[in-house]
Amino acid sequence: MRVYEEKRSLLVRIEGLPIIGVYCLLILVFIFTSPRVFTGYRIYMSFLQTVPPQLVIALGLTLVITAGEIDLSFPAVVAFSGFLFSYVYRTFGTPWFAFAAALAGGALIGYANGILIARLGVPSIMATLAAQFFWNGLTTLLSQGLSWNIVTIRGQLIHSLFVGRIGGVVPAQAVWTLGIAVLVWFILNRHQFGESIMFIGDNVQVAQVVGINVVKTKISLFTFHGVLSALGGVLLTLEMANFWSTQGSGFLLPVMAAVFIGGTSIAGGYGTIVGTFFGMYIIGSLEAGVVASGIGGYWVRLVSGLVMAFSIILNISFKNKSIGEKWNKMLRSQAEKKRNKA
Amino acid sequence: MGESNTVREKYVYSVRMVNVDKYFGNVQALSKVNFEVRNNEIVGLIGDNGAGKSTLIKTITGVFPPTSGELYIRDEQITLSHYSVKQAHNWKIETVYQDKSLADKQDLWRNFFVGRQITGPLGFIKVKEEKRIANDVLLNMIGFRGAGISVDSKVAVLSGGERQGVCIGRAMHFDADLIILDEPTVALSLKEVRKVLNFVHKIKDSGRSCIYISHNMADVHEIADRFVVLDRGTIVGNIKKEDISLKDLSTFLLDYAHGLKETKNS
Ligand SMILES: Nc1ncnc2c1ncn2[C@@H]1O[C@H](COP(=O)(O)OP(=O)(O)OP(=O)(O)O)[C@@H](O)[C@H]1O
Ligand SMILES: [Mg+2]
Repeated sequence: MRVYEEKRSLLVRIEGLPIIGVYCLLILVFIFTSPRVFTGYRIYMSFLQTVPPQLVIALGLTLVITAGEIDLSFPAVVAFSGFLFSYVYRTFGTPWFAFAAALAGGALIGYANGILIARLGVPSIMATLAAQFFWNGLTTLLSQGLSWNIVTIRGQLIHSLFVGRIGGVVPAQAVWTLGIAVLVWFILNRHQFGESIMFIGDNVQVAQVVGINVVKTKISLFTFHGVLSALGGVLLTLEMANFWSTQGSGFLLPVMAAVFIGGTSIAGGYGTIVGTFFGMYIIGSLEAGVVASGIGGYWVRLVSGLVMAFSIILNISFKNKSIGEKWNKMLRSQAEKKRNKA
Repeated sequence: MGESNTVREKYVYSVRMVNVDKYFGNVQALSKVNFEVRNNEIVGLIGDNGAGKSTLIKTITGVFPPTSGELYIRDEQITLSHYSVKQAHNWKIETVYQDKSLADKQDLWRNFFVGRQITGPLGFIKVKEEKRIANDVLLNMIGFRGAGISVDSKVAVLSGGERQGVCIGRAMHFDADLIILDEPTVALSLKEVRKVLNFVHKIKDSGRSCIYISHNMADVHEIADRFVVLDRGTIVGNIKKEDISLKDLSTFLLDYAHGLKETKNS
């Protein structure tokens, strides 16, 4: 009985376990349905190439949602930062200055969001929706709706450093984003900033009473997400060696879906970086996997929807184990009372 | 906690409020309140539901600023626009709130240290140390006899009394000069109430001060040096313990409530 209890609590304790299970299952299914594609390494390398820009954004969004807020403006950040990057690079030919300008642009958008939300009290869904339109519009205006090719970046150090192929095989962006995921995990779970985020998302009044500076934390949070989204934009632009004014416009739903199927709570107060990480790779593998398994492109969305629903149900049923924990606690305390009487 | 041999600083008042008003929109929760706690004094703050007791202490602890008035801590005037919970902590003011002071979905050890984490150089939390101390306090100071809860439990699974236990343990641990207890005993069993009262006695003996809010007159009368009675945002009584017996204090409160009712009806 004891052992059983401990085993179960261990299952609950491993972060993101259900979503890791879903991911493994999905890959197994793909290996089964299209062994030729999924037993080779190429398909995985292509995932490692396409998923990172979205993953970096999803990591930041996880923190935002943990704080009980939302950010819909990141597609615009991807476009705006890509614009800044390619504009500065084409004009001055200095890739690192271009990189800094892109991140600064993301920080500016995030900071402006933070001011609107935390200082002026605009609900984040409205503030960031407005921001999405505004910055997207600005990017289109400034770039005149054109796409720019920056193919010369391929010869630069910044290109091989961020999106080169390690050993000629592994996309460097996958390693970078893995590192960032680890860092963000530590920020959320081991840093004061992350703890403030969790308390704010859990209960703002409590956060205030225990001395958390809610306004400052939220502004930093949105700024941080702006920077990460800009990094996503730069990775995308570098990989493509191209900027186009609508880049990132398809990111909104996949990135949000990744955070939610990962198990981060829409109600705030709890977020899982491991879940988001695997959630993003699930979303990123689905389309290629479904197409490769030969059941036809029309099925992609339907299957994606099913996988998402399944992941979320799994997450919820795992979380309800905390109800089980409550039961166990009650039973144990009753047993103890009996023992004390005897 | 409680090294009684430390030299406490010299000041007359731990805290003093002068002409404090507090409005929530159109509701006036405090009206021209003059309230003070002397160095090493235990003040019992009493009054009806909604009288403004919690509001009064929250202006002292920096949760929100008063609408107008002055606040002095250890005889120093506080700039209200810069005052915050953090500053109150720095002034060594520790509070057990009546409600909303623990976050449900968070681990117990996080709730224990949040706002005052033990951190390394880059602001990363020393989790092991925090857990060890929280565990120590839970077992030794407030005597959770491990009925299935640990520092890793989520606060949501704690009973009302256990929650209060955590808050009181927190106040005991962060050794403060002024300890504010807002109805700390409502959810506690008799034995636990006794522990809290003994804790307040210890506060007195170690040269510190305390504001104690409770609806239980016997408790307040036992521990307080002075009683301050609040009624609908106004202070209507300020009585030294030697001037009133427990019975008279209770009658005073009842009469007061009753008397007001009559004037309202006529
Ligand atoms: N944050 C707030 N916003 C609006 N009104 C508030 C707020 N906090 C308190 N009030 C109002 O101020 C008045 C005083 O409330 P307070 O909580 O200080 O009473 P109390 O004396 O602590 O009562 P109790 O004994 O029931 O705890 C009440 O009318 C209450 O509705
Ligand atoms: Mg109250």
